[in-house]
Amino acid sequence: MRIITRLLIASVIAGIGSLNVLAAEADVKDWPAIEKAAVGQTVYFNAWGGSENINAYLEWVAAEMRERHDVTVTQVKLDDTGSAVAKVVAEKAAGRNEGGSVDLIWINGENFVSMKQQGLLLSPGWATSLPNWQYVDVENQPTILADFTEPTEGLESPWGGAKMVFFYDSARTDQNDLPDDTAQLLDWAKRNPGRFSYPAPPDFIGSSFLKQVLHEVTADPAKLAGPVDEATFDADVEPLFAYLDELHEVSWRSGKAFPQNYPDMKQKLADGELDIIFAFNPAEASASVRAGELPETIRSFTFPGGTLGNTHFVAIPYNANAKAGALLTANFLISPEAQLRKQDPMYWGDPTVLSMEKLPEADRAAFQSLDLGVATLPPGELGPVIAEPHASWMDRIETEWRRRYASGN
Amino acid sequence: MSDHSPAQKRTTGSGTAFFARSAVLITVALLVLPITFGLLGTLLPAFGYLPVLGGNALGLETFRSLFATPGLAHAAVLSFATGLAATAISLVVTMLFMASFAGTPVMTRLQHLISPLLAVPHAAAAFGLAFLIAPSGYLIRFVAPLAGIDRPPDILIPHDPLGLAMIAGLVAKETPFLFLVTLAALPQVDLIASRRLAASFGYGRIAGFLYLLWPALYRQIRFAVYAVIAYSSSVVDVAVILGPNLPGTLATRLVQWMNDPDLSARFLASAGALVQLTVTVGAILVWYGLEHLGSKLLRFARDHGYRLATDALLRRFSALMIGIIGVTVFAGLGILAIWSVAGLWQFPDLLPESLTLRSWQNALPRVLDPLRTTLVTGLGSTLAAIVLTIGCLERETQTGRAGGERGLLILYMPLIVPQITFVFGLQLLFIGSGSPYRYAALILVHLVFVLPYVFLSLADPWRALDRRYEIVATALGRSRLSVLLSIRLPMLIRPILTACAVGFAVSVGQYLPTLLIGEGRLQTVTTEAVALASGNNRRVIGVYALLQTLLPFIAFSLAAFLPAMLHRKRREMRV
Repeated sequence: MRIITRLLIASVIAGIGSLNVLAAEADVKDWPAIEKAAVGQTVYFNAWGGSENINAYLEWVAAEMRERHDVTVTQVKLDDTGSAVAKVVAEKAAGRNEGGSVDLIWINGENFVSMKQQGLLLSPGWATSLPNWQYVDVENQPTILADFTEPTEGLESPWGGAKMVFFYDSARTDQNDLPDDTAQLLDWAKRNPGRFSYPAPPDFIGSSFLKQVLHEVTADPAKLAGPVDEATFDADVEPLFAYLDELHEVSWRSGKAFPQNYPDMKQKLADGELDIIFAFNPAEASASVRAGELPETIRSFTFPGGTLGNTHFVAIPYNANAKAGALLTANFLISPEAQLRKQDPMYWGDPTVLSMEKLPEADRAAFQSLDLGVATLPPGELGPVIAEPHASWMDRIETEWRRRYASGN
Repeated sequence: MSDHSPAQKRTTGSGTAFFARSAVLITVALLVLPITFGLLGTLLPAFGYLPVLGGNALGLETFRSLFATPGLAHAAVLSFATGLAATAISLVVTMLFMASFAGTPVMTRLQHLISPLLAVPHAAAAFGLAFLIAPSGYLIRFVAPLAGIDRPPDILIPHDPLGLAMIAGLVAKETPFLFLVTLAALPQVDLIASRRLAASFGYGRIAGFLYLLWPALYRQIRFAVYAVIAYSSSVVDVAVILGPNLPGTLATRLVQWMNDPDLSARFLASAGALVQLTVTVGAILVWYGLEHLGSKLLRFARDHGYRLATDALLRRFSALMIGIIGVTVFAGLGILAIWSVAGLWQFPDLLPESLTLRSWQNALPRVLDPLRTTLVTGLGSTLAAIVLTIGCLERETQTGRAGGERGLLILYMPLIVPQITFVFGLQLLFIGSGSPYRYAALILVHLVFVLPYVFLSLADPWRALDRRYEIVATALGRSRLSVLLSIRLPMLIRPILTACAVGFAVSVGQYLPTLLIGEGRLQTVTTEAVALASGNNRRVIGVYALLQTLLPFIAFSLAAFLPAMLHRKRREMRV
């Protein structure tokens, strides 16, 4: 036992004594200096790893970054962005304020708000000083400056848009019978029991569906732009849960289980378990048809009254090890070339954050000649965008959802 | 696992003695320290201490909010019940099968079917099972044309609320484990004589075996059974793939909390980890009670002379169960293989419309890095484990004292304390140390879990080796080191390589420790597989599950063929 005690003491001392100091401060205004500092750096890009085509896109980004800037970009594949946030928290807990293990993180919404409030992000804001910021469509895409109504203040840089779109198999489901809003969706589900569902929150897509319903059943949607009012919360969300109670009775597995996420719903559409599914990427279905995961009879539709839309971002933790490399990568992600490839359904297919008007002529032409695929709606038919509610709503609704439907009662 | 008393003056080779003594010390430290530290790292936040999140005062506040969490009791009961049920079924199947067939040709044949199952990682086996039994799975596709089913029925399998699918998945993996552990203990009882004795008094095969041999056998495998309880009641990957998810088991809730964007959930996770520990310990205590009940029942039956002379049906049933387990896992792997090359494959087709290598082509260039990490970590930790094990066993040979129950318990510690309760704390410790040696840390953490398996699989053959070979060699004037290197190790090369293969397989299968200590920078085939599984793309899952299974299979094949090659010129050693 004595030796064990000694070992215990020795390792505690070792732990205290060796805090890493690797300061390499980066001033984003001095771009050439950043390019120089980034040479040879390795950027650990923490990004959701559940989609093969996204992973392949990030590999292309890595190859380009190595070629152009001699920066190594390594994707750390997450199944939940929260775990990258957890890592930064654990590092702050351990006093590792330099040389952290997360350099760049794919983020938006509650995770961003959480990191911003905890002071876990590189500040002051840097995104608006990136050279390629000049092309970003801040005028027409309000969600670039307010992420779930939280001001971004340059603490994160946009790299893609998202818009909720529904998919169905035209070989199985009548096009004329498709719902035009969530109320009609409920009627449709009643006529087709067991053929609709949504991923259980906190899955991103599942939560988004709840927000879509919330927006449509709330009498005064303007209320959702502000934080939750505790006094009226129960009454505010009552219509939402009344809707869900009705929906669950006729949904897949009678609401006793839910799909894991949207790729899971895609599989279930192919299997014939579900008839209407949705995703946040308008080109999702076309990409899946091309990959042989869905039949060629898949088509898209959206609600004329509008569906939820938002922007996703990259952020840099305050203790990132390769800050210069991370800035360079964030800048590359909003370059016309990277955004063009991102919108191409051959590779990924989600809407760009750049403004067509601000782009040079050649780039604009390239964007306009993209083949979006047979199952993708053209940009003009995607319908109006419904803004995300304030981040505090989702926290409360997810908890309430879990209390009602996931407590085993 | 011998007691470390002062210098052994008897031994001549002081180098060997030093090596052996240090090996014992390092081994004990490796088994005890990480768990101690890890639990400490979990304990403090559970009581509210984690300064960066504003937790400075010790208190019970966290537990108050934990117990107020809806569904917590349900989740805990679920973990407890599925863990016990899976263990009980696995043990009963193993016991009945051993009682029916130990020492018969059926045993030898099924043994070849079962042994490779140990190498199949849990996640791969669970996916295979899910692809079989789901409403859109293969079994239904078989009957669909006959029953006129053109759409998958709306039935809640897997993820059924009682956790039956999860129990089935655990049984499919834990039965082979218990089977092989029992098989290893079998030479220590006098099987043939007991069988003859029981038969001559007119007892059935099963009754005779249970009355005469089972109590002694069970004592040998007891800790392994506890490890199965601990594993089954705290497993994450199998629970996610097959278990109920509304609400899930306690362990899956813990992982959710550890990843929750609301950072105060980190406190909840720590407190929850302690509840998990309680659940597991509680399950083991209840099992302890069941052991007593079982032995009372057995004695009662024995004393009343129940002979169970006609037990052919039960015997056939036990063989059937083992057969089903083997066939299920292999069929599952087969279906994973088809999915990995499938193009469009809709319900209820039995085969894909087209085959494509795209999934493999996409995966292979991407898998090289994780593959290298898997190999380096697996080989590194296995090598360290085998050297330490040989050192410990050599020490045992020198002192003539084995570690006994206490040594065995220390050995089983990392398997009995649920991983999830101490790896979280270990991660904090590793980050706190600011150590740049991440690879070394990963190998070290793997070593904690690899070491017990390597030791357990080598200990019996080591102890069984006839010592007279060495006595003769020593009498001829050879040093202890020379005896070890030229007599013992070559004679034991087959069990040593098998132990290495077991260790390597364990390392390949590690998920949680790799995830937390590797911090995503060091990825293995397993962490990749689980991350990609979150996308739930069956084709990708097929590719990674097969890759994950392939590595241990290669290791076991090498362990089987290398000795034959090495002993090509020594016919007598080819055993």
